[in-house]
Amino acid sequence: MNLVTVSGPPSSGKTSVILKTIDALKQRGLKIGVVKFDCLYTDDDTLYRKAGIPVKKGLSGAMCPDHYFVSNIEEVAQWGIGEELDLLISESAGLCNRCSPYIKEIKAVCVIDNLSGVNTPKKIGPMLKSADIVVITKGDIVSQAEREVFASKVNLVNPSAIIMHINGLTGQGSFELSTLFHDEKNVIDTLVGRELRFTMPSALCSYCLGETRIGENFQMGNVRKMNLETGQ
Amino acid sequence: MIGKNQIAERHIGSLLEDYPFLTSFFGDNGLLVDGHSDATLNELFSEFDEEEREEKAINPALLMNQAAEFINQMLAFLNEDNDVHALTILPGTDKSGVPEGFDSLVIKKSEVVSIVGPTGSGKSRLLGDIEWVAQADTPTSRRILINGDIPDSSWRFSTSKKLVAQLSQNMNFVMDLSVREFIELHAESRLVENPAEIVERVIIEANNLAGESFSPDTPITSLSGGQSRALMIADTAILSRSPIILIDEIENAGIDRKRALQLLLSEEKIVLMATHDPILALMADRRIIIRNGGIAKVIETTDEERTILSTLEELDRTILGYRTRLRAGESLLEGE
Repeated sequence: MNLVTVSGPPSSGKTSVILKTIDALKQRGLKIGVVKFDCLYTDDDTLYRKAGIPVKKGLSGAMCPDHYFVSNIEEVAQWGIGEELDLLISESAGLCNRCSPYIKEIKAVCVIDNLSGVNTPKKIGPMLKSADIVVITKGDIVSQAEREVFASKVNLVNPSAIIMHINGLTGQGSFELSTLFHDEKNVIDTLVGRELRFTMPSALCSYCLGETRIGENFQMGNVRKMNLETGQ
Repeated sequence: MIGKNQIAERHIGSLLEDYPFLTSFFGDNGLLVDGHSDATLNELFSEFDEEEREEKAINPALLMNQAAEFINQMLAFLNEDNDVHALTILPGTDKSGVPEGFDSLVIKKSEVVSIVGPTGSGKSRLLGDIEWVAQADTPTSRRILINGDIPDSSWRFSTSKKLVAQLSQNMNFVMDLSVREFIELHAESRLVENPAEIVERVIIEANNLAGESFSPDTPITSLSGGQSRALMIADTAILSRSPIILIDEIENAGIDRKRALQLLLSEEKIVLMATHDPILALMADRRIIIRNGGIAKVIETTDEERTILSTLEELDRTILGYRTRLRAGESLLEGE
């Protein structure tokens, strides 16, 4: 089985891109499954199910979604292998800009949209900078100039990625993306022992543990203060 | 090709001197290089301890590779000759596997080809095939040649080297910038040599196309529909490096469409235009008829067909006249 990890900010079009790409992959007779990671709520799993795609969903709830992802990905991979999938696609929303749910030597795709603003590429951390493929969506509603500027900003922070433009509504570009998804050589049996491409954002403070009160007396563990003098 | 080892031990000052475009690379990657021009890249990266690297989400090895990759791309971009003087489409099949109804379609610089066919008939797929420079590896099995040859695969993956630029009806400007700032930003991203001059030209040409003129200080989001389209067309004609322009219907309001086409052609673009407007279709040299996912036939616009154009243009002018009167608050009846 191949594994491809897809992530991107909420509402960037991940699910649409994946659905359209699976359409193209299915025509090649491949069996594909999806695992959707989200935080509080998702009904994307019904969209996948409606399209006849085996799907599992995981809600991280009060946990950091990326920590939840990495704690569960091996079990999910074993599920996919048990289902005899040719390809398992994991979809997770990058909820903080420091997110980095990518695994070394596992294809990593980041989905971002043209409407998110030209400064967004430099604000997003490893999720964008260490992706192998960057998919840019919603190009059909902004001008050619904005598409070109946005793509060049993405290229600045991740020159080695393949940048693809995909229309999630019509599926234009998804066939082309599908040709990059399946790789017979990169078959996995297990992820145990593999490494993340980048450390995940860390935090363990009293608020992580359920504290709700405000004030220095209640702040323990990994706490950081703004420097209001310098604004840093 | 420059490898990371060739830049790791060089002083930042001399790197920036040789590759001025690295300034934006360092900037957008959150690296402060001011005052470090005597340091090497290795030294700069080693200044971060582990905590700082995690803090700023910086991975030195990755960044070094990315910097080398970026230099190579930009050097290639500045030197390469992207001249596309002919686009060839070789037939495949439609959705039912029936061979397409043409032998080979060669479109040259400064030619216009219109594309007609109902929604969902396969216009997007045709465009997709061209963008992807298909080599019988898409659902239609079409093949695309550039300048008569099988093209280099860099057309597929390079960011700076896109074959097709698109202009369509539902495109909007979304940035909070004035017209001038916006065009400057575009010019900057294209690394043009004489940005001020080019920006000036884009604005003048856009005003030539627009029914109502606008100033360079107008925010792009408050341009009217016609003004936006005029600016998009002028900008694409002059600043986009893509040799092929796909236009998805130009609405007949607030913009001189004939002039818009002429501008694109004078910039030596290959123009593909999806339209069901007879005036635009007749301005094209040929038109492609798409049915059931395939090109059913290619019709050459004849002189006889073009004689209809003058009648249509007369009608068009009449409607435009009424529109102008309406806008000016006049009665639509003559002499009132």
